Amino acid sequence: MLKDEDRIFKNLYNDKGSDVESSKTRGDWIGTKDLIQKGRDWIINEIKISELRGRGGAGFPTGLKWSFAPKEIGSRPHYLVINGDESEPGTCKDRDILRFEPHKLIEGCLIAGYAVQAHICYIYIRGEYFLDGQKLQAAIDEAYEKKLIGKNASDTGWDFDIYIHYGAGAYICGEETALLESIEGKKGQPRLKPPFPALIGLYGCPTIINNVETIAVVPTILRKTGKWFASLGKAKNTGTKIFCISGNVNTPCNVEEEMSIPLKELIEVHAGGVVGGWDNLQAVIPGGSSMPLIPKKTCETLTMDFDSLMNEKSGLGTAGVVVINKDQDIIKCMARIARFYKHESCGQCTPCREGSGWMWRMLERMTKGEASRDEVSMLEDVTNQIAGHTICAFGEGSSWPVQGLLRHFRKEIEKRNNFNPTFETDKGIPYLVDQHLLEKKDA
Amino acid sequence: MSLRKPSKDQPKSFEFNQASLDAAKVIVSKYPEGKQQSAVMALLYIAQKQNSNWIPLAAMKYIAKFLEMPYIKVYEVATFYTMYNLAPVGKHFIQVCTTTPCMIRGAYKLVEACKEKISENENELSNDKSCSWMEVECLGACVNAPMMQINDEYFEDLDKEKTLKILDEILSGKKPKPGSYRGRINNEPENNRKTLIEI
Repeated sequence: MLKDEDRIFKNLYNDKGSDVESSKTRGDWIGTKDLIQKGRDWIINEIKISELRGRGGAGFPTGLKWSFAPKEIGSRPHYLVINGDESEPGTCKDRDILRFEPHKLIEGCLIAGYAVQAHICYIYIRGEYFLDGQKLQAAIDEAYEKKLIGKNASDTGWDFDIYIHYGAGAYICGEETALLESIEGKKGQPRLKPPFPALIGLYGCPTIINNVETIAVVPTILRKTGKWFASLGKAKNTGTKIFCISGNVNTPCNVEEEMSIPLKELIEVHAGGVVGGWDNLQAVIPGGSSMPLIPKKTCETLTMDFDSLMNEKSGLGTAGVVVINKDQDIIKCMARIARFYKHESCGQCTPCREGSGWMWRMLERMTKGEASRDEVSMLEDVTNQIAGHTICAFGEGSSWPVQGLLRHFRKEIEKRNNFNPTFETDKGIPYLVDQHLLEKKDA
Repeated sequence: MSLRKPSKDQPKSFEFNQASLDAAKVIVSKYPEGKQQSAVMALLYIAQKQNSNWIPLAAMKYIAKFLEMPYIKVYEVATFYTMYNLAPVGKHFIQVCTTTPCMIRGAYKLVEACKEKISENENELSNDKSCSWMEVECLGACVNAPMMQINDEYFEDLDKEKTLKILDEILSGKKPKPGSYRGRINNEPENNRKTLIEI
């Protein structure tokens, strides 16, 4: 288990208070000026050494992303945008950062803003987290008052402003270009890439977009050096991560742990074990609802990091672990996830808009055993027609969980949906006009 | 996609009151000059708050004029995002999360409780016209499942009895306490804390 001193979010459960004074006792805002005065290249290089990968789901190397920002400010200003539109079912880590560790985030914004030469930062928070956003706003006001941000932020000569923008209940706005559209005051429909936001983003200006957790760990990495961060976890999957363990476990919780922690340890030690014991485990969704589920036999040895989950044809995503035990109907669970995606599709690309509803309706019928046996392969076909045929990754996100279900629980679905719709086995169907023809073999 | 239709009964006119106007001006100043369209989402919230928790078409027209943008663009935004109520809802607006992580911990029991106490159907006002409820997608408090949101506040770690109690309190005009209803501190593992002990 990770040692307490190596944990970055020491106030994850709000034992100490989230105001600026108590944050300072945890190391926030100490020597910020010195860190910034070491220069842009040093900051970006240190983040590259730490091998920090984005915590929002895709796992893109953060240092590399920052280096895409133009080296000089041209005619257009640069923007920093923080993605706090946390809506992936199974994930609730950013909420704790917003309400209990806001100063880590604000300091991270200042450092990241300096590194990518942005004077303005927008923090996009989902509308449901209004009260948590208010707590962040209070912390921002506090930081302005202490001159930590604002004009000549922390006495570094860099002007830096932070504004909060609330979303309004659209999951798709967690996609970076949809988020930009939303800040611009439009429907949250993703843009085509390229051009990438690093060159043409918010209001057509260079924009760097990072997840809340990614930015919040930056100050600690710089203070404790990138080498320290890289020494945790394993190569290419370094550092610590907040895991959210929910579902059928005895003590669901958020916990910060080292990357590559065994899944079994996460569930047994921190979450108090599966309800009904480990043998009662049916499947685990390892990284928020859009990642394919993993059956019990793989869970025994699985480690939680980007690469090893990729090998299991799943992904770490946002590290929202949803544990499903044998008391649950796995098809129903996935049908409910399909309904979520049907509800949240932005409607821009046809395969996703129509396909997400199609998958949901099929899965609902499969739950009740009303589907015919041919529909199982038809469902698989539909998922393949959605994934990869849409502007953004929502297509993959909505079809992967269904593909995961088909990969591991196909027998279960086929057992329940054994209905054969062809005539020969069911001659008593009253609405068949030409029933007499069925008597003849070659009819 | 979700299908969302504006209410049939629409007020004739809408105007920001002074408090809303002041708030709106602060919001607009957050965005660069000429990009005041960015403020549309926040202004819709302000209109919703002023107009007892729903947005009439007149308010959209007003905001369009206020921000010098086409009315249809405001309409697009208001109908796209699900947190804007296009028809009247109760003063106490109850949203029950029923997405998978909540569902497998018994979210539909909470729905039953809402049906018993408030109304048989979603988006229907209770007998005293003060409450309405609806099922919503993930509210982002999965480790506190099952949970529900009443106006801005989260009520977590619920079960049917606790929900019935909360709804009773609301219907009798009291203000129930938000947060966890199993007495645990925020998102810590209940009675099983292994981390952050000596800090």
